[in-house]
Amino acid sequence: MIPAEYYLVLAALMFFIGVFGFFTRRNLLAMLISTELILNAVDINFAVFNAYYYPEHLEGFFFTLFAIGIAAAETAVAIAIILNVYRNLRTIRLKSIKNLKF
Amino acid sequence: MELNTLSIIFAGLATMMVAASLLAVTTRNIMRATVYLLFVLFGTAGIYFILHYAFLGAVQVTVYAGGIIVLFVFAALLIGRGTRDLTHTSILRYTAGFTAAVTGLALSVYLIFTHSFPEVKSPTSIVPMNLIGHTMMGADKYNFVLPFEVVSVLLLACMVGALLIARKR
Repeated sequence: MIPAEYYLVLAALMFFIGVFGFFTRRNLLAMLISTELILNAVDINFAVFNAYYYPEHLEGFFFTLFAIGIAAAETAVAIAIILNVYRNLRTIRLKSIKNLKF
Repeated sequence: MELNTLSIIFAGLATMMVAASLLAVTTRNIMRATVYLLFVLFGTAGIYFILHYAFLGAVQVTVYAGGIIVLFVFAALLIGRGTRDLTHTSILRYTAGFTAAVTGLALSVYLIFTHSFPEVKSPTSIVPMNLIGHTMMGADKYNFVLPFEVVSVLLLACMVGALLIARKR
């Protein structure tokens, strides 16, 4: 059996690569991709804790399942917002977005 | 022997995932970043399969790799030339992001290896599908019918919201 720490280190690596991308990217779509990396890392953590330490219930499993569904909803809304921003401003660079209302 | 195979598969998956995530946050082309994200998502599905959560792996492949990646590709194609200028971050912001990421990573890895976790239980076999169904639809303790219904309402609200936001004026 692979030690649980290996999975946790892998998830931590993914999480902080996502954080790095979120800080350095200046484009809304690229920032959304970084957010997906962060969400995935957290999902892995939930599944690992469930499988290794509390296998008698399926709580981490279902948390991950619902997190995947909510992540899909969040991405759909975020991409709708990004398309709307692009339609109004003709750019999705972070620098050019100053107001919430056009 | 089985342990060896699993370890090799895990090492391969982990290497691929870390490399693909690094490329996804550093490449200058948004389409390439999307494809690297796809590799990370497939790697995550592989991790779920190694953990004997086959249903979770299948959901990951269909929802993430099948749904979200398509959304990203559509957005990238619709926006087109607006996605060219990906970076040109100031060196200050770059350093700040790098420092934050490395500090956080060091702290988390230190905590992972020093914290005393509860005892590892014996490895499970693949979770049977009828157990998943009963847990999702049951109303007893440790069952999840209420979150299930709440998520369905959330998805409806999100669909209406996305239509409202993205419709043509």
